[in-house]
Amino acid sequence: MRFLIPLALALGLVALLGVGLTLKPGEVPSPLIGKPVPAFALPVLGGDGLQDQRLLQGRPRLVNFWASWCTPCLEEHPLLLRLAREQGVEIIGINYKDEPAAAQAWLSRHGNPFQLILADRLGSAGLDWGVYGVPETFLIGADGRILAKHIGPLNEAAWRERLAPLWAGGGA
Amino acid sequence: MSRRWLAGLLLGVALPLASQPPAAEVEAQLEAIVLEAPAEARYRAFLYELRCLVCQNQTLADSRAPLALDLRLQVRRRIAAGESDEQIRAYLTERYGEFVLYKPRLNARTVLLWAGPALLVVLALVIALRQLRRRPPQPVAAVDAEALRRLLDERPPAP
Repeated sequence: MRFLIPLALALGLVALLGVGLTLKPGEVPSPLIGKPVPAFALPVLGGDGLQDQRLLQGRPRLVNFWASWCTPCLEEHPLLLRLAREQGVEIIGINYKDEPAAAQAWLSRHGNPFQLILADRLGSAGLDWGVYGVPETFLIGADGRILAKHIGPLNEAAWRERLAPLWAGGGA
Repeated sequence: MSRRWLAGLLLGVALPLASQPPAAEVEAQLEAIVLEAPAEARYRAFLYELRCLVCQNQTLADSRAPLALDLRLQVRRRIAAGESDEQIRAYLTERYGEFVLYKPRLNARTVLLWAGPALLVVLALVIALRQLRRRPPQPVAAVDAEALRRLLDERPPAP
């Protein structure tokens, strides 16, 4: 009887530490979730003029920060292509700290899942979006708010379980 | 054979670092900002309070990651523009959250972090006091000299 309380405390501690093991300390939670996308003005890759945050109004979209020098970007690339081609997901690419020529060559080699690509050559938009490593993917609602952020290469499970439900509800 | 493999490995490691083009540009911009001695000292000290998000156990002062360079540039620019430490902290936490500060500020989300150790000490004291109170020291019974003598007298005589 008198051992019950210490035992309960110890089990509680084990449970707490056990949960701690399942967390990913490398994934810094973004303070931008639920907020409107940060203001930006970026040139269109291979196009003319600038685009700003108004681009992301009206329909839910994915915003994907990527670069041709980014190896893990290749890992998620087939999934992005599939989402764009088979599920009609609109993806805006933000080409992060890259040379335009290298980015274009990379796209013609691996395929282009992006509806539009903006060039963030110095990474200043990345800074405003709280990007700390590519690839990072943001889900933007029709009202221009950030609904979710995925850090690292996007995968089927993360899309299905976390992003797709928000995507389905994001058009409202 | 092995030399070729090694060259490939070196190229594979070096290329992703080398082909992030604007690092030199950022470095040049960083050096172009001249600060007065006190501001320079403030800048240098401030970097030790900030975490590099890429290599999370390094401060911005220690890290050589490109992102750390970008953040150093922001801090330096803002100090040159006369912003206060608090304004710069606000700029960084709006983007990267409280985690970017090695010394998180006291607010509703961090209160447990700050108060946790003190709460544990208080809890330990409360438990210790309760344990002590539950077992009061046994009083030494007064020696009844009369009874003691009787006991000794009843002792059987030695053979």
